[in-house]
Amino acid sequence: MKNGEREETRETNMTAYILRRLLATIPVMVVVTVFVFVLLRLAPGDPAAIIAGEDATAQQIAAVRGKLGLDRPILEQFAVWIAGMLQGDFGTSIFSNLPVSRLIAQRLEPTVSLTLSTLLVAVCLAVPLGVLAAWKARRLVDRLVMAFAVLGFAMPVFLFGYVLIYVFAVKLGWLPVQGYRPIHEGLWPWAESLILPSLALGITYMALIARITRASMLEVLAQDYIRTADSKGLAASRVLLLHALKNAAVPIVTVIGIGVALLISGVVITETVFNIPGLGRLTVDAVLKRDYPIVQGLIIVFAAAKVLVNLVIDISYVFLDPRIRY
Amino acid sequence: MTLSATLDDLPAAASPLARLGVAVRRNPTITFGVLLLSALVLMTIAAPLFAADPFRQAPINRLRPPSERFWFGTDQFGRDVFSRTVYGARVSLIVGFAVAALASLIGLAIGLVCGYFRRVDGIVMRAMDGIMAIPSILLAIALITLTRPGLGIVIVAILIPEVPRVVRVVRSVVLSVRAQPYVESAIAGGTRNTKLLVRHILPNTLAPLIVQATYVCASAMLIEAGLSFLGAGVPPEIPSWGNIIAQGRTFFQIAPWSILIPGAFLAATVLAVNMLGDGLRDRLDPRLARRL
Repeated sequence: MKNGEREETRETNMTAYILRRLLATIPVMVVVTVFVFVLLRLAPGDPAAIIAGEDATAQQIAAVRGKLGLDRPILEQFAVWIAGMLQGDFGTSIFSNLPVSRLIAQRLEPTVSLTLSTLLVAVCLAVPLGVLAAWKARRLVDRLVMAFAVLGFAMPVFLFGYVLIYVFAVKLGWLPVQGYRPIHEGLWPWAESLILPSLALGITYMALIARITRASMLEVLAQDYIRTADSKGLAASRVLLLHALKNAAVPIVTVIGIGVALLISGVVITETVFNIPGLGRLTVDAVLKRDYPIVQGLIIVFAAAKVLVNLVIDISYVFLDPRIRY
Repeated sequence: MTLSATLDDLPAAASPLARLGVAVRRNPTITFGVLLLSALVLMTIAAPLFAADPFRQAPINRLRPPSERFWFGTDQFGRDVFSRTVYGARVSLIVGFAVAALASLIGLAIGLVCGYFRRVDGIVMRAMDGIMAIPSILLAIALITLTRPGLGIVIVAILIPEVPRVVRVVRSVVLSVRAQPYVESAIAGGTRNTKLLVRHILPNTLAPLIVQATYVCASAMLIEAGLSFLGAGVPPEIPSWGNIIAQGRTFFQIAPWSILIPGAFLAATVLAVNMLGDGLRDRLDPRLARRL
């Protein structure tokens, strides 16, 4: 086979693979929607009674039930819900009477900013730490990094968030205490409002990435070709980054993807600690008001985000490690 | 020179205490975890003996900083943060242990069945994938939204998203054990499925299951505190660490102790459980230990 032909088959294979992976996300999302729907219907509380309030009459409860469509057959309710979602209609908030999709869209920017900045901060800090720990294995630096990793796993997001606020905002006054500045108000105020939340949200994530980076690097550094590269006199930085890190990348990327789940769960808490008006705050407010169409819609959005991240990770393997067949 | 040895020259048979000493030295992380957890359990049991009433409000003592009288200060209602923190450990420990035990049992059952009966596997594992795609804290929040708050529902809500994680661990062990010659010969010998599962396969899953249970326990404690912190956990009148922190939020800048101290207790407890888990993993599953 000529080289060009091989390239071509590789490309068609790749497209087929991406398509297959894309299709494979459909059953997962179906399970998610069915599960969320059934679970919320099976939950012992009656949403209509909870929404109507403590001392509502039977008529009032029935009225709420009718308004929510809860009096219709369960399969019909499910079909209506799914059909709506496929058209971008996530239902209507019970309290504000606004479409859930619009409420979600309004709150998207702070959450996306927070998640992306956390991702960036965590990867930029944790990967070098892990590489350093593996390079200086069993020395002081390594022990410190590992201690950080163990502590990071035990650190509740809200505790670390409050410690950061107390030290850097209240005592030192370097950064704003709480709140979020939208990006159109200027790049620096925006970034400034994200520093502490990103660190708080990223602590467990960083611990995870640092730990896996170290483990994966240790495995690669024990390989023969690393010894060869070392003995032919290449600079340590070149060996570490070009020869080792590249080959250690697959588990690291995997864990960066898995950890996005941590971020999504952590966003809800971080936004509350730092008073950021994002999707997490929307969730908590909806929970406190028992506005369950919002809660339902948000779960689907978050789950879809998670499935999407997994998809991106799976596809990225192909580029990171050509040996992985699809 | 003669070579002679008497009984006295033999190393003394290790006393139980000495053997304990060796075990402690070999497993520092397990020791640390067990000691810290035992101390916490003791503390919660003995709480009525040394801690003041965690519910007693004394407006005259509002927001007092830590002192000899109030070791950890007081909150905005003049309640003693020390005794609230001590009593709060109960909720975390109950939730952590209950979720870990239940998730292990349910996960073990589902995992054994999925790994062994291939026909069930496909469907059940797709369902598990679906549950795992939902962020656990959101799933728990949604469940609690629709029910009356209470300790039981909090445990169930945290339990559901943890089960698939246990199932995956158990299932992968079953899949690898199934291919072992001794299992195949047992099948060929006509051993009944139940006996095969319980006698030949189940024992292999216990070590990874125990390790996984510790991580589930740690994660459950963190999620419970997170839920209570968000106002979607145990009822606000119960002093749990998450609730104490949630109630301290408004006065955080003038009374940081009512957040930082229960938070530190939570972190230490989770750390102890994780250390126990890491130690057990190193002891029970050396292959995994080398990788991490």
